[in-house]
Amino acid sequence: MDLSMLISNGNYKKQIQAKKKGRNSLIEYKDVVKKYDGDTLANDHISLKIEQGDFVYVVGPSGAGKSTFIKMMYHEEIPTSGHIKVNDYNLESMRNHEVPFLRRELGIVFQDFKLLPRLTVFENVAYALHVIEKEPKEVEKRVAHVLDLVGLADKKDSFPDALSGGEQQRVAIARAIANKPTILIADEPTGNLDPETARGIMDILEKVNQEGTTIVMATHNSFIVNEYRHRVIEISDGKIVRDQEEGDYTDENSHA
Amino acid sequence: MKTVTLKRHLKESLKSLKRNGWMSVAAVSAVTVTLILVGVLLSILLNINKIAHDVENDVQVRVVIDRDTTKEQQAQLKAKLQKIDGVQKISFSSKKNELNNVVGTYGKEFQLFKGDDNPLYDIFIVDTKSPAETISVAKKAKKLQYVYDTRYGGASAKKLFKAVAAIQRWGLVISLLLLFVAVFLISNTIRITILSRSNEIAIMRLVGATNSYIRWPFILEGAWTGFLGAILPIVLVDVAYLWLYEVMSSSMASTGYHLLTPGTFLWQIDLLLAAIGIIIGALGSGLSMSRFLKI
Repeated sequence: MDLSMLISNGNYKKQIQAKKKGRNSLIEYKDVVKKYDGDTLANDHISLKIEQGDFVYVVGPSGAGKSTFIKMMYHEEIPTSGHIKVNDYNLESMRNHEVPFLRRELGIVFQDFKLLPRLTVFENVAYALHVIEKEPKEVEKRVAHVLDLVGLADKKDSFPDALSGGEQQRVAIARAIANKPTILIADEPTGNLDPETARGIMDILEKVNQEGTTIVMATHNSFIVNEYRHRVIEISDGKIVRDQEEGDYTDENSHA
Repeated sequence: MKTVTLKRHLKESLKSLKRNGWMSVAAVSAVTVTLILVGVLLSILLNINKIAHDVENDVQVRVVIDRDTTKEQQAQLKAKLQKIDGVQKISFSSKKNELNNVVGTYGKEFQLFKGDDNPLYDIFIVDTKSPAETISVAKKAKKLQYVYDTRYGGASAKKLFKAVAAIQRWGLVISLLLLFVAVFLISNTIRITILSRSNEIAIMRLVGATNSYIRWPFILEGAWTGFLGAILPIVLVDVAYLWLYEVMSSSMASTGYHLLTPGTFLWQIDLLLAAIGIIIGALGSGLSMSRFLKI
């Protein structure tokens, strides 16, 4: 039996789960397999639970399967087999027209920010509220609040191109939390940023987490993982090789 | 859809039309060129249709009475006309009356010919039972005494009608082809603008926008494109038709047939062109959207 099997099926996981008894699991992967083009195995029998209020790092080298793992969470990828439950949605049997409704309960942040270049900072954040048909007054109030939270209230009329990388990522976070999501999914949110800016982003994510939002963050920045200690799930060759509370991480290719 | 969302979509579609600049101009031009052709074709087709219909249903034979006939002689003629097979009704129109008709149709300038200067003739307007009988009635009437000439439409239109049917068929085919080409051109032009925004569409989907939410601003943008593209054709068709009506009226005066009057015809065709523009614009845009919305 290899190490990953031992960890994913063994006592360690049970101990973690025992600690979190009484909390609802928001995300559940059960024996999830994802194959590309029939053969390439990106995720290999992954099982785990993430509870409400958790802050989880998903770590591992490039190409380990982190992105696939994350993308399946918001139905950008569909598992080849296995079962995924997010916020009471069964993702493997989800119909296309239900996908937008799942995503409205999630906030998603990317390494490349993915802001709409033709909209101002305010409009970018407001867009997430427009799609759920919020009244203009409510939009105004909520956007002002989240921009204040990420410290960009004075840049609300700027366009993304006029902002630094760190500022753009803060706008992306503001957009992601505008809907008051239960889960914030961040795929390498500090990947394009210098360490100081990355710390700024982490401070905001910590604040969001303290307000009760579950955070799942894929990263290979070891200094971030080691400085802001949380549960660490390490993926290698598509398998979970470590699931550790307050874990650390050493990545040979890390920038820090 | 909530009113606030509709307002947002309308605003967004207009903004995007402006942002796309030259691409919008290209799409509008595609609609304009097509609708000019469709407008001209439609005007011709509908008028040919109208005249053909008038000619076909014309059961009247106009029996022109010699100038120097007395009232009694006219009464004799009327009695003889009534005996001809196929005649249903005969009514008299004096040359004064005929001139009034001309003045009413073609303007006050013709009042110059009032009184003794009136060059027109008294006539009997003979209605036949069917268009097919106009020829025989006209031929028989012409042989009668006091008859200067006879004029008729009806069955003489048969050849004309064959030609008209062919023109209508081909006109319709050409119109449909043009519309098809327009939808293709618009959907391609809009596809380029959508392609440059496929990244945006992906982001919209990631923040939980439904397909219809994403699609509406694009469809509205297409509809605006179509509407803007229809403006120039509407103006051109209106101006050209008014001019043509004027010219044709005098040259067609002697035939007794008229083009469709601009008053009702033009607003109908204007409305039709605007509607076609909006529909092909929205359709072209909607079609090019669909491939970007597959989840």
